[in-house]
Amino acid sequence: MSAQFTQYLLTGLTVGAIYALVALGFSIIFNASNVINFAQGEFVMIGGMATVSLIAVGLPYLLAIPLAVAAAALVGLALEKFAVEPARGASVVTLIIITIGASIFLRGLATIIWDKRFHALKPFTGDAPITIAGATILPQSLWVLGVTLAVVLALSWFFGRTLLGKAMLATSHNRLAAQLAGINVRMVLFLSFGLSAALGAVAGILIAPITTTSYDVGVMLGLKGFAAAMLGGMGSGVGAVVGGIALGITETMSAGYLSSAYKDAIAFVIILAVLFFMPSGLFGKRGGERV
Amino acid sequence: MMLEVEGLGSHYGRIPALKGIDLHVGEGELVALVGANGAGKTTLLRALSGVQPVSAGRVRFDGADITAAAPDKRVRLGIVQVPEGRQVFGPLSVEDNLRLGAYLRSKAEAAQGIERVYAMFPVLKQKRREPAGTLSGGQQQMLAMGRGLMALPRLLLLDEPSMGLAPKLVEEIFACVRALKAASTTIFLVDQNARAALAVADRAYVLETGRVVLSGSGAELLEDEQVKEAYLGL
Repeated sequence: MSAQFTQYLLTGLTVGAIYALVALGFSIIFNASNVINFAQGEFVMIGGMATVSLIAVGLPYLLAIPLAVAAAALVGLALEKFAVEPARGASVVTLIIITIGASIFLRGLATIIWDKRFHALKPFTGDAPITIAGATILPQSLWVLGVTLAVVLALSWFFGRTLLGKAMLATSHNRLAAQLAGINVRMVLFLSFGLSAALGAVAGILIAPITTTSYDVGVMLGLKGFAAAMLGGMGSGVGAVVGGIALGITETMSAGYLSSAYKDAIAFVIILAVLFFMPSGLFGKRGGERV
Repeated sequence: MMLEVEGLGSHYGRIPALKGIDLHVGEGELVALVGANGAGKTTLLRALSGVQPVSAGRVRFDGADITAAAPDKRVRLGIVQVPEGRQVFGPLSVEDNLRLGAYLRSKAEAAQGIERVYAMFPVLKQKRREPAGTLSGGQQQMLAMGRGLMALPRLLLLDEPSMGLAPKLVEEIFACVRALKAASTTIFLVDQNARAALAVADRAYVLETGRVVLSGSGAELLEDEQVKEAYLGL
């Protein structure tokens, strides 16, 4: 393996991990409601921007990060409570349009609360690059990979081992049966918005020291996360992770070996290709409507 | 009276599915509901569980009005439905399906419940780690029954428990219904197998296009000329 290839691979893994976190957020809400939440990217933005503000008022990372994640989760819960819940019973398309409206609203709000400039966040632990097999990796990238791994493990524990997690899964598989078992499916939807928002915020905070953050950082990251979720199969946890990593690596490889001009186009090519040839993605549920 | 239904109405869009249903189920009774396809049997059961909107009338349970209660609140009260078509959580394991049936019950109640269900349906114990979707139709029906029992029902609503099953399995399911009745569970049973349902029932109602048209004891209805002709194929 050439050092150059290793370099692209490491960069791709880092970006891919972020996409995976965003994609997981898409999948969790999709599972609870069949809705694709296009405000997912805004949670990423809120995470990064809130951390910047909290650091600016003098809080240490150890406090600023949990607070920023909590703030994003609250926004997610409020979005469900005040925008999605009142439209209960509306069609999925209506709900998706509501989330698009919410994303525009949140972006606008961010320009008022904050501003339209780019903000850099200091890396968590220094910025001296580490050399691995001729390639270099930033300590922040290790944070991205490590935290993403921890989040994925925590999620698989939550959905595989806890009763509440299983109840959320059960609701996604069969809403009627979940209701008849006494699971409060409205609460499940509420929780999934909070959880997805928290995941998005974590992604936004992790990536901010590498790429900087701004009020509209969520537009592109949201779309990339959506592409990753589509590639992996909307609703599949494994798919979100695989889709995110695959998209990240494809992107950096094509930027490195072809031209960086095409970097962002890759995500859109993938969305189109998946929609045309493999609408259920790599790990998605097969088949059409259940009657 | 455990369950009292008064003038219950329900619509799909503008099409009425239930047009003023009156019925009651007493503590410890096994009441059957018989009717053709599309008569509104499933709609009625779903309305009783709170998953189908109601447009008129009242439902009382132990004397308290629950017409507007959320589905999970009704399960907490002990109104538990085993839905038509089994509706198991396919990708989840058999044991997880059962555990979720006791979602509103304590850990200890769930552990006891699982042992009870395994004693009733030993095959489920053998398959407890397998995804519910890989079970045969009959085993899925047992799992659906088991999942319902996990919620410690006071009033068990059974929707077509024998549908699509081989005769031997139908017999097994009805044996289970009789055992539950013997253990003094109150049961409201809907089944297309009218003969078996009427034979096991204390009382029964006949539903036609959203209305109760006949009611009486199971034995009376088995002898009724109209019922014989329409539902027993005699």
